[in-house]
Formats: sequence, structure tokens, C-alpha cells
Amino acid sequence: MIHSLFLINHSGDIFLEKHWKSVIGRSVCDYFFEAKEKAAEPEDVPPVLQTPHHYLISIYRDRLFFLSVIQTEAPPLFVIEFLHRVVETFQDYFGECSETVIKDNVVTVYELLEEMLDNGFPLATESNILKEMIRPPTILRTMVNTLTGTSNFEERLPSGQLSTIPWRRSGVKYTNNEAYFDVIEEIDAIVDKSGTTVCAEIQGVIEACVKLTGMPDLTLSFMNPRLLDDVSFHPCVRFKRWEAERVLSFIPPDGNFTLMSYHVNAQNLVAIPVYVKQNISFFESGSGGRLDLTAGPKQTMGKTVEGLVITVHMPKAVLSASLTATQGSYTYDPATKVLVWDIGRLNPQKLPNLRGSLSLQAGAPKPEDNPSINIALKIQQLAISGLKVNRLDMYGEKYKPFKGVKYVTKAGKFQRPACVAISHFST
Amino acid sequence: MSASSAFSDEKGGSSSVGEPEYGHDPASGGIFSSDYKRHDDLKEMLDSNKDSLKLEAMKRIVAMIARGKNTSDLFPAVVKNVACKNIEVKKLVYVYLVRYAEEQQDLALLSISTFQRGLKDPNQLIRASALRVLSSIRVTIIVPIMMLAIKEAASDMSPYVRKTAAHAIPKLYSLDPEQKDQLIEVIEKLLADKTTLVAGSVVMAFEEVCPERIDLIHKNYRKLCNLLVDVEEWGQVVIINMLTRYARTQFLNPNLNECLLEEGGESTFYGSDADQDEDEDEDKKDEALSKRKPYVMDPDHRLLLRNTKPLLQSRNAAVVMAVAQLYFHLAPKAEVGVIAKALVRLLRSHSEVQYVVLQNVATMTIKRRGMFEPYLKSFYIRSTDPTQIKVLKLEVLTNLASETNISTILREFQTYIKSMDKDFVAATIQAIGRCATHIGEVRDTCLNGLVQLLSNRDELVVAESVVVIKKLLQMQPEKHSDIIKHMAKLTDNIQVPMARASILWLIGEYCEHVPKIAPDVLRKMAKTFTNEEDIVKLQIINLAAKLYLTNSKQTKLLTQYVLNLAKYDQNYDIRDRARFIRQLIVPTDKCGALSKYAKKLILALKPAPILESPFKDRDHFQLGSLSHLLNTKAGGYQELPDWPQDAPDPSVRNVEVITLLERVTKLTSVPEWTKCSSREKRKEKKVEKPFYSDSEGESGPTESADSESDSASSSASGSEQSGSGSEESEESEERSDSDEEEEEEEEEAKKRKTQKKEPIEAVQQSESEQSSEEEVKKRKVSIPPPRNVSESESDDDDSPSDSSQDSESEDSESEAEVKKKKKITPPKAPTKPVKKEGKKEKKEMSLLDFDDFEPTPSPQVTPVGNFLSSSLVTDLEGLSLTDTVLSPATISPSGSLKSYELLHRITGEGLWVEYCFSRQPFLPDPHMVAVQIQFTNSAATEAKSLRLEEAKLQSGMRVKEFPEIEVLPAGESATVVMGVDFCDSTQAANLQLCTHSRKFFVSIQPPVGELMTPSFMTENEFKKEQGQLMGMNEITEKMQLPERCQNEHAIVQRVIAAANLSRVPCGSDKECRFAGRTVTSGSLVLVTVATKESGPSQLTINCEKMVIGTMLVKDILLALTQ
Repeated sequence: MIHSLFLINHSGDIFLEKHWKSVIGRSVCDYFFEAKEKAAEPEDVPPVLQTPHHYLISIYRDRLFFLSVIQTEAPPLFVIEFLHRVVETFQDYFGECSETVIKDNVVTVYELLEEMLDNGFPLATESNILKEMIRPPTILRTMVNTLTGTSNFEERLPSGQLSTIPWRRSGVKYTNNEAYFDVIEEIDAIVDKSGTTVCAEIQGVIEACVKLTGMPDLTLSFMNPRLLDDVSFHPCVRFKRWEAERVLSFIPPDGNFTLMSYHVNAQNLVAIPVYVKQNISFFESGSGGRLDLTAGPKQTMGKTVEGLVITVHMPKAVLSASLTATQGSYTYDPATKVLVWDIGRLNPQKLPNLRGSLSLQAGAPKPEDNPSINIALKIQQLAISGLKVNRLDMYGEKYKPFKGVKYVTKAGKFQRPACVAISHFST
Repeated sequence: MSASSAFSDEKGGSSSVGEPEYGHDPASGGIFSSDYKRHDDLKEMLDSNKDSLKLEAMKRIVAMIARGKNTSDLFPAVVKNVACKNIEVKKLVYVYLVRYAEEQQDLALLSISTFQRGLKDPNQLIRASALRVLSSIRVTIIVPIMMLAIKEAASDMSPYVRKTAAHAIPKLYSLDPEQKDQLIEVIEKLLADKTTLVAGSVVMAFEEVCPERIDLIHKNYRKLCNLLVDVEEWGQVVIINMLTRYARTQFLNPNLNECLLEEGGESTFYGSDADQDEDEDEDKKDEALSKRKPYVMDPDHRLLLRNTKPLLQSRNAAVVMAVAQLYFHLAPKAEVGVIAKALVRLLRSHSEVQYVVLQNVATMTIKRRGMFEPYLKSFYIRSTDPTQIKVLKLEVLTNLASETNISTILREFQTYIKSMDKDFVAATIQAIGRCATHIGEVRDTCLNGLVQLLSNRDELVVAESVVVIKKLLQMQPEKHSDIIKHMAKLTDNIQVPMARASILWLIGEYCEHVPKIAPDVLRKMAKTFTNEEDIVKLQIINLAAKLYLTNSKQTKLLTQYVLNLAKYDQNYDIRDRARFIRQLIVPTDKCGALSKYAKKLILALKPAPILESPFKDRDHFQLGSLSHLLNTKAGGYQELPDWPQDAPDPSVRNVEVITLLERVTKLTSVPEWTKCSSREKRKEKKVEKPFYSDSEGESGPTESADSESDSASSSASGSEQSGSGSEESEESEERSDSDEEEEEEEEEAKKRKTQKKEPIEAVQQSESEQSSEEEVKKRKVSIPPPRNVSESESDDDDSPSDSSQDSESEDSESEAEVKKKKKITPPKAPTKPVKKEGKKEKKEMSLLDFDDFEPTPSPQVTPVGNFLSSSLVTDLEGLSLTDTVLSPATISPSGSLKSYELLHRITGEGLWVEYCFSRQPFLPDPHMVAVQIQFTNSAATEAKSLRLEEAKLQSGMRVKEFPEIEVLPAGESATVVMGVDFCDSTQAANLQLCTHSRKFFVSIQPPVGELMTPSFMTENEFKKEQGQLMGMNEITEKMQLPERCQNEHAIVQRVIAAANLSRVPCGSDKECRFAGRTVTSGSLVLVTVATKESGPSQLTINCEKMVIGTMLVKDILLALTQ
């Protein structure tokens, strides 16, 4: 399956290579660089490329390309999904996945890659198991290592692969037993120029942080499981219990993991928490334009909207913007043509407003397309779909764990292809 | 310390070799330096006694490998450390070895003995890792050693080592393909392994080494299906892909023959306990039935579909995709829909995942549009999507466009045209063009919209529009001469060559519609000819030629001029074209034969181009594969075979008794048990159904795969001895299985954790006592004949139903027990169980017999029959009980009607809808078939405003809805009648069932026999009509009527049950005649069944509508021969 892996940074340097079968020369990446040249954005590089003797499957994450080489038929999603798993493992180990971090921990990275694939076929991809074999670096351990000259490999043989439960390491011990669940929901919506919702949906994930001793068997139930239209689970969740009783029954991995992700029935109308009134116009003379944005709360169920950020992708002709914001701060990046207005907490009494003038490139024709607006926000203590966790029960262990559930609502791909009302201007 | 000095040395040193920029990279520190001379101190460090120095050196070496630096000169120094005690050093040495062994084969051999020693280590992890590294060393000389190691590891006690062995197989195969035969033996052995840990890896090895040896899978098929849920995600993908191919070779196409509903049998479970014995019989019959023509899904096929379905909920996109393609390629049409939701979910993942999923969705939407229609909005494009995703979404939206949704889609497209991404805009315009060609109603709207775009400021938009308009105009040019005129004006402004060429072609092609403008355009073009692009020049020549032929008076000189210019053009194509055209159109002395036809040649009617999706016909590649994505065959791609014409023998998947026993006595792995357990689980499920409350008794077509939860709920509902007993057996089986299986019940889990093994033993004890008592009885009652023996009625009929039921569950109990014993027995002490096994052999034989030959009671193949109490049937028809229940189509029309499910209770969230054909004339419209619909509300809340709406009917089909049901209280049922005009076809009527809160897509499919009404006529009339319907309209089929079907009464019963016909009186008692007319068109349908003393009977059908005739023959034949 996966023959080799090349890590390539944003500027196109190969900074790490790993081969699981015989070595493949770097020149194979040239086909990729060619495709990268052609693409306007890194996201536009086709994930699957065909070269005379190989196939290149790549992903773009955290400003890095993970390029895998395969030689024969293999399901592309298999490879893509695996590469994402690699990135997630790196993030899990090093906190972030960047060129610097990977270079600093090159030996650990290499060890990880060695464990994750055997002859190109995934071997151990569960973080619990990997961590048992290769310890993640911590500040303390790095210090100890440099002082004593030892490294972060396990002295004893790990038993992880042999665990009866492939995602949980054995012999977990905590003094404080705690289990936290974050219900995080995102609204994805497209709102048209008149303010009506073209489509809106709610995606949710339940992120868990479980630190429990031994082999706890947990059961999580909801007040209103019918809300959930479509779900996908961590492998630890028992499908059958869910099908029959709509409860999540599982032996959790140790530490942080995504328990499930779900989609809320689209037929329930999604309440959009904020509205944005915008007026962006360009003068006929072509020298500049005017921008006026106001944000206000719509349906927030009595909670405060925080972290409100409005992003406007301006037409290419816009050179600069001189604006005044009644709240928060704005930046305009003339290279990417993105205006970001960071509002922060939304005050319903005094609606934030951003207005001012835009200046256009001299001689450029009046931009005809009005920009689209993206909104990011966060509401604490609220799951916009109304999903509620009923209770969490633990079996198999005797102690009483500390349990907690938190709800957060965010804007996902909240988008407003702002007023496309060009008709007024065209002559 | 020397380590630190080496460190600083390195930093100071020049890094002239390799890429110098990294030598100075502060992030890489000393680790990334690559000077060859520096290797000397690395060697020194490796030679030292201190592990810390060695480790430091190895770390630096590994870092260099990671950078792609050549460190092969260090090989001798490194390989010495392969036996190092320090595990950390060892690990890194392994990394180095695997990387360079190929280049330094001789030296690499030095390390082999270390691994050989490792292979014998008592610690399984060391054994596994030794095998892993040994097999990764690509040195041909050690092939025999590797082979030996793999063979040994394949029968290792530890599943982890066996897994490693499976991984090693493809490594060895790629090193030396000559070893294939031996490797296949190992694969065969490992395929029989029962642990989930091994399953994925060995199937992967199978796929790489011998994907063509599909025969190796037979014996393991059921086991693989049953283990699937618990295999790790990557293994699941490989197994599912392989099973897709397997199923294509072993089962029949479920969509080939849709007249028989493969899921007719669901409601048998509804019946009371008294039905139990019948069930068994039916199953046997069903098995027999599957061998006949009409399609009945193989239970193994169903098993695969059922066991993969829960995996649609996997977090791993690759698994979801694998299941989706399995359903797409293997499932009956009606069931494919379940994958849509999961695929739409994947669209919220990373853009690379979206990219692959959308490609596959695009292919699927061409074949099965309806599947994704409800999710139309999920394919709407966001401005933040990467262009390639946008274009793919556009493709999907275009494929989904239909008369009903085109307006929404076009409105959406309108906003896309205003996007800043010009490639995307161009793609949108193309998409509009395709919608316009496919959906006639909107062609004018689209054309107008595109014409408006011609005044767009962006030239690319205009150009793309011109090209698309050109294609659209070609379909009906006469209506649109003003558009052509408008476009003629554009030639002054548009610079994009393709667009200019398109305009010129249009004007030339339709110069008769614009007689005034065309010559003028040519005049302008002639002026600028020399500055035009090549494609434009060619079109100018074409335009000139066409005008010359139609309007030579005005354009003769211009044409000459253009041709002269072209004669001296730089491009030889243009010169050639000019020469050719001149010869063709300009009359000369030696006038060629062709020039007579010049006008016909050049102004021939050109067919309009068909704008087709690039994804058309891509589904001949297995979906989700790389080949599908690239639309070319990738290396190593295994073709998806076509369905077989006739089903291969399904018994190959049965595990032979003798081999099984051999294995039992040998006490090697016994994977077959797993299979047994699964079947027994299924059986148990069946037995337990009646314990459900009545309202729940109906089990849907999409029955969930969890037998465990079933049994759980059955015990909860207070079942008696048999129910709880079977649960027990399952429970204990699970415990023993716990190595690889995730237990289902938390109580169990709890028990298991705390109590360990002792209670299990106790349970066993009691159970075995119980079961041994009943063994004798069991054997007597429940040894069914092997399935190949013809459908003899078993003794079960006589025995009271209770006992047969009991014995069945007990059976399974003891089954499980035997297995349990096997499993629990520690492998180290095999002698005792062997004895036991030996003693029991005789008994087991029968048990195994039972298990292997009892047709699997798959709910899908059990026909409906519960609406009549069995005694009633007997009274009415004088037929044997089993017969009636068996054949789905033969229920007496006088008392009962065959019901079909319209909406399942689970999908309908408590609302359960069935329909049947009442055979009453539908009064409001005699051309409609009356369909009786029964709503049952089993939800806790009342259902409001139930009504049906037309969703998407085949053309000509009509529906007369029933009046809306305003309220249906919980627990109540209501029956209504509606009329459907099926246009004399068995196409399903697709409808929307609406409640106050939801909409469901449902479809009503009529059997052909319901498409007619009885017609009364005399014998003479019948003969006269028959005489007129000879030849093509007559279909005759010979058949062998079964014993009990010989008498006239039985024949009449059966024919009338199969089709809505009336009997025509007849003088001879050897012949039965029936007549009817199709509902819509009133065509006569005449049926004659002639029986003979000896030799086959004959069935004759005369019908104007040949399709109806052929289908009816099949149905009646089926009804009669059962």
C-alpha cells in the first residue's frame, strides 16, 4: 500500500522522508511540485496525482504537505485518512504539527512512522497504544533526558498491542478520577443577500477527556437522542447498544478523544444566533468604495455571543481600507484581500459597527462582485440544537469518578455570500 | 564528554556535502549536519562501550536518514550493535538495517542470526519484532529463512505474532514471487484464524499475493462477515473491498429480477408461537426456492449486507466509503439509499476526503439519482471551498437536476456565476448548458440567462457562455435567429479565440437565418484574418465556404480573398483546409466528382452535441478505488466481476463436517465454530421474535445486525426458559470470546471484570447438565434433512410447536457450549478436551449436521403468510399447510391479500404502513388499480395529517390520492384506498408519504398479476379471441406440475392467486382457462393451463402486451410449480 512518505513545507522543500519498502528517489515529488505550481492555492493541488510509475496522494494540513507514494491500486480514502491520522498523532504528541516541531523531534517522528505502518499497511494507529511504545516528549522529560543522556523510549516492553481492548492501554492509574465531556456544536449556514437562510445545518462533536483508573465501562445517555440524525463513533462505542437503546456504551481510551460526531436533523429549523447587516458599495468612478457593517444578536437564547469575528473576502481591486470600528479591531491584509473584524463579545445594547471607505487600485474597473462574509462566533453553555446529556454511568470499577459536561456552540462554515445585488450598478 | 564535543565540532564544521542550507538551520541543530568526515566520530561513538553514546550516534544517524542523507558507509559500525542490550539502541539499529540492508547484502547477513534467535524468544513481542525486521530486510539470499520463519509464526500461539506473519507474507512475495505457492498455503492457514487481530492483515496479504484465489474465501466467508465489526478500521476497509469482489462472483444480481420481492417474508415473525414449526419448514423451502429462477437473495449475501451496515457509522472515512461502494455494487436497489446519508456526512471532513467522496458521489448520482436528491442542499457550494471541490459539487448538482428541482438549482447557479473564481464560473456555465440539454422545460430559460451573460464584463464568462450557447442553439436553431444576430455583434468585442470560433461557426451553420449579417461578418473577418488565432482562421474559412455555397453572389470575391490569404498561411492545417475547400466549392474545368455534392457535404445537418457527464459509465470501476478516481486502470487493480448468470453452489461456504471433526480432534484453531455461532445467533433471533410485544413483532427489511441486543431485549420482556437460556449461552460465549470480541452488555462486562472465570464454569456446568438430558430428544426432533434433499415435509409438523421451538433453542445452547468448552480449554493442556470431544463425536455429528444444513433463517427470504391463521388456510384451500405459507404469491384471494410494506416502523418512527391490492374496481377511475393502504401508528404520539403526494412518477402514471387522514392516535390503525394507474407496467409508483412533521419517500410496486381485472367470457369467445392473439402474442411454457397441484381445483386456486383473472368455463377437465383485461389499456389477457396424463403440462398465455405476457408466465409458472 503506502510505499513512501515525504513531508514538504510550504515553500516546497522536502524535509523528511520515510520509506516502508525499497527507497524511492525524491525526484518523484517533481510531479507534485509541478501540480503545486499550477494551483493558485495549496488547497487546490489535486490530492491524487498520477505519474508514469507511481501515484501520489497528498494532504495539506497545517501549512505542510504530507505526500505519500503508492505503486499499486489502493483506496485513495484509505491513504488520505491514514495521513490525517499521522497528522493527528503528531499533534497529539507534540502539541502542534509544524516543520520546526517535526525537525526537533525527528527521531520520535521516525519511530512513530515506523510503528504506524508495517510494509505500508497500518499497524498501530491508536494513540493510546502508540504512547505506550513511544513516550511523547514533555518538558520535564526533555530536561531529564538532556541531563542524564537517556532518551524517551520505554525501558520495558510495551504490552499495548496485546491488550484485549485495542484502543486502551492497560494499567491506567489516577488519583483523581475524572471524566469530562464537551458537547461542541457548529452551525454551518449559507444566508443569502436578503437574509434568508439558504441552508443551515448543525454539526456536533462530543470531545471527551477521560482520566479513569482501570477498565471503566461507561454509558452516556441523552435526554433527547432523537435529535441526532446521523452519527459516527469512535471505535470504542458499541454500535449495537446505540441501535437498540440510543445510549453510548463504551470502554474509553485513556485521555482525550472524540467520542462521537453527529449531525442534527436538518428538518428542525436552525436558529441563527446573529445577524450582520452589510452595505458594501463601490463608486462608479472606480476610485473607491464604502463599507458599512453592523452585527447584532438574533436568537441567542439568553446567552452572550463571544469571540465574534467577521471575515470579508474583498475583490482583488481593493487596495486598502480605512475604517472605524465602534468595537473590536479590524485588519486588512492587502496581499490576501481579507478583511478581518474581531469584535469579541457582542453587546446587545450597543451594536458594533464598522464603517469607512475602501480605496481601489488606480485604473481598475469597478469590482462587480460583492464579497462574501464569513462569521465566526462562540456561545458558551449552549448547545444550539438543544441536545442534553442525561447521565453518565460507570460500571466495572468501584470508585466514584468526577463527571462534567460542557456545552459550546460555534459558527462552523457560517457564510453569507453578501449582497450580490450588482444589478443596481450595471448600466 | 566526547558526545558533546562531537556535537560542537559538528556545528562548527563546514557542511559542504548535501544541501548546505540545513547545516545552518538552527532548528535542526547538529542533528541535520551531514558531512561525511563527521561520520568518523559517529563510528567512534558506535564502537564505544557506553549505551548513551551509541544512542546519541544512532539518533543522529536516523535523523540523517530522515533527511534523505546517505549514511551507508556506517553500515559495518551500526550492524555490530544489532545485538545491543539496550532496547532503544536496538530499535534504531533496526530502523537503519531495514533502510540499508538491500544495499549491503553481505554485511546484512551478519545480523540474521540475531533475528533467528529472536524468533525463538519466549516473549511474543520480541518474536514479533524479530520477524518484522527480518522480513523487512530485502536480501534475496535469506528467502528460505524468511519462509521458514513465516510458516512457524503462522502457527504461533500469540495472535500478535500471527498478525506479524500475515504482514510478512507480502514482503516476502515482493522479494521473491516464486514463493507464491507456499505463501498461499500460509495464507490459507491464517485465513482460518479466528481472531480479529489477524483477519485484516491476512486479507491484505491475500489481496497482494493471490487475489484471484477467491476459492480460499468460501470457507471463511461467514466468519469474516461476522468478525467484521470488531476488526480494526484499516482491516475493515480491505476486507470489505475483497468481499465486494467475492460477492460479485458468488451471488446473483439482486436487481435483475425485481418481480419477486426478496423481502416478502418479514412478517412471518409476527406470528404466534404456533408458527414456529412452519417457519422451519419454510426456510427449507426457501432454500429450495432459491435454486429456481425467481430471485431470492442468498442468505450469505444478506449476511454481508447486514453486517457491513453498522460500519456506515464509522469515524473512518475509508471504512464508510468501503461500505458505500459495497452497497452500491451489491445491494438491491431499494436498499442502496442508506449509504447516502453517510456519504453526505463525509462532505464535512477534510477537503481531500471531500474530493474523493464527491468523485464517487458523482458517479453514483448518474446511476441512482434519487438516492441523493434529499440531500441536494448539502452539495451547495461555499465560497471558501477549494476550486476542485466546487467543480465537483457542481457536477453532482448537475447530475441531480430534474424537472422538480431545476428551478432551485438554477437559482443557486445564478449566485455562483457572480463568484470571483473564474474557473468555477466557467464550470457553472457549462453546468447550466448541461441542465438545459437534459431538461427540455428550462432550455429557453437557460438560454436567455446565458445570453444575458454575454453582456458580462468579464471576457472569460462571455466566452464560456458563447461556447455553451453554441451547443444549445444547435438543438433548435430556427427559433433563435435573434440570438445569433446578437452574437454576431459580439465578434467586435470578444477576443477569446474559442468564443470567436464558436460564433463564426454558428453564423456559418445558420447563415440562412441571418442572411444579411453573415456576409458582413465575413467581410470584417477577412480584414482581420491574418491576426487571428488558428482555430478562428479555420472557422473563417468554413464560414466563407458555407456562404459561398448559399450566397455566392455577395461573397464570391470575399471567399476568394480569404482563401488566398489562407493559402500563404504559416500553419499547414490552414493551408490544407484552404486548398481542400477551394477544390470542393469553386467550379473548375476538371471538376471533381465531389464538388457536385459540396453543398451536401459542407451544409449537412449536424447532430447536436450531447453534453455528457465525465462521470458517465465510470462505475465499471469499483467505486472508492484509485482506478475509479483516475478513470484508468491502476496497477494491481482487480476488476469487479460481472454477476454470474446462475448462482454458484452456495454450499461451498458450508464448512464440511468431516474436516471440522478432524480439526476438532487435532485441536488446531477451530474457526468454523465462529461461523456456527453466528448462524445459531440468527436462529435464536428468529425464535425469539414472538416474544416481542405484538406491535413490535414486525421486523423490518433493514434489520439491524445485532443479535446481542435482540436477545437482551427479549430477556427484558420477560421471556421464558428458552429465551433466557439462549441469552445465557450467548453471554458465556462472549466471555470466552472476549479476547477479540467486544462484549455488549455492560452487566456482563462488569461481571467479567470482577468475577473472572469461576462463574462461567458454573454456568457451563448447569447448562451442560441440562442440555445432555435433552440431547436425545433434540436429535430426534431436529435433524432436518440436508438441504439438497428435496423439500420433504419434516416430522416437525406433527410435533407440537412448543417442543420444536424449545428444542431448537436448546440446541443452540448446547452448540454454544461445546464451543465454549473448546475455547476455554487452555491450549497448553489439550489432552482432556480431546477425549471429551471424541466421546461426543457421534452426537456432535448430528448437531453439526443440523447447523450446516439447516437453511439459514434469514428473515428476508421468509415469505409473508401470517395474515391468515393457518387453520383457516387449510380449511379454505384443502392444501397442505406448509405449501400455503411457503409461496408468497399463493394466498387465497377470497380471504387474504398479500401485503407489502410501504413504510417500515423504524424508518417511519413508529408509523407503519402496509399496502395490498384489494382487487376491487377503483370506482372513481376504472383505469386505476385499487391499492388498499393500512396505517398503523405504533408510536407513543399521535400522527397527524397523513397523506400521500406524488413524488416522481414515471411518465403517464397517475395517482388518485386518498383523503388526508387528519389524526391517527397512538396505537390505532386506519385503512384507506387509493387508485394508481400503473400504465400497465410493473414500474413502481414513487410517492411521498407526508405526516405533519416528516416526509418519506415510498414506492408501490405492483406484481404483474395485479395490473388486470377479471373479464367474463364464454368458451367460444375465448377461443375466438385466442385465435386472434397468436404468433408473437402467444407465449407457451412447459412445466412439470407437482403432485398436489395436479387437480383442477388447485390449479384454479393458484392461478387466481397469482393474477387477478376470472375463470372461463371449459368443456374439457384437462384444461383450465382464465381471462382478464389489463387495467389501463384494456388489452386482453388469456391464460390456458393444459394438463396431460403423462408428460409435462403446458401453460399458454395470449396477450397483446408481450411484456405483460412474459412476466405473467413467470409468475404463474412459479405459483403452479411450487
